[in-house]
Amino acid sequence: MPHDAHDHDDAHALLPSDPALRVKALETLLTEKGLIDPEALDEIIDTYENKIGPKNGAHVVARAWSDPVFKAALLADADPVLAEMGYYGRQGEHMVVVENTDTLHNMVVCTLCSCYPWPLLGIPPGWYKSDAYRARAVREPRKVLAEFGVTLPAETSVRVWDSTAEVRYLVLPRRPEGSEGLEEAALQDLVSRDSMIGCGLARTP
Amino acid sequence: MRPEPAFEAPWHAQVFALTVHLNEQGHFTWTDWAARFGATLKRNGATAELNGGEDYFSAWLDTLEALLRDLGTAETAEIATLTEAWRQAYLSTPHGAPVTLD
Repeated sequence: MPHDAHDHDDAHALLPSDPALRVKALETLLTEKGLIDPEALDEIIDTYENKIGPKNGAHVVARAWSDPVFKAALLADADPVLAEMGYYGRQGEHMVVVENTDTLHNMVVCTLCSCYPWPLLGIPPGWYKSDAYRARAVREPRKVLAEFGVTLPAETSVRVWDSTAEVRYLVLPRRPEGSEGLEEAALQDLVSRDSMIGCGLARTP
Repeated sequence: MRPEPAFEAPWHAQVFALTVHLNEQGHFTWTDWAARFGATLKRNGATAELNGGEDYFSAWLDTLEALLRDLGTAETAEIATLTEAWRQAYLSTPHGAPVTLD
């Protein structure tokens, strides 16, 4: 390559990757056709980057640990309870909360793609979307759990829930020992994202 | 410790938001989207182990382009023309200046 061509490369704006250019093309096309509102796109990105995340789910879990009436309502029919807290699926999906006990451990996967309780946990981590997790969570859940550092007693059974576009699951982890008497706000700090997917346990205080 | 970013690259966020917005505008149902996206992932996963990162959003973008083509909303040629126009705009804009389409 001639030297001056190299200099020219350095002088222009950094060229985005091919898929990034294709996304820009789609945005331009759909904006020109009046089908999308660029401000609405910014709002969606801001919401998922800054406003929605596992702290929403932790809020729900901590309240369930603190309030038996709330917990019973949440487990019976989560949608209205969550809607009251301001958490609802933008795609109209239903939320189901499944409770871990000393005899049952719940774990969530989406074998089809990556359906996930967005309003409660935000955007899923890379591993949740990987082929490895999606295939193995159903086939060998205990092995996968062990890789997350979770070893369950032999008498605890594992149930794996396969999410769909219509139904998303949230695991209600067991309240950790030593958390008696803690306020809801302090309890929230014990609830990790992974514990609400069923790939971790709540932290002990 | 900083939390992990929701999206690894800006275009991941943009294609995600575009899809959510189009769904909310009623252009397709989320069930239809998930079925199509799942099929793309299965097809791509047959030839390579997907790690859930860049390859995941590549599959997402492929699915969205195909869906918009099937709906008659965006033709392949229109997308290709505009992609090239954006490429040329980047290549002809001095570093530091805002990149716009003419």
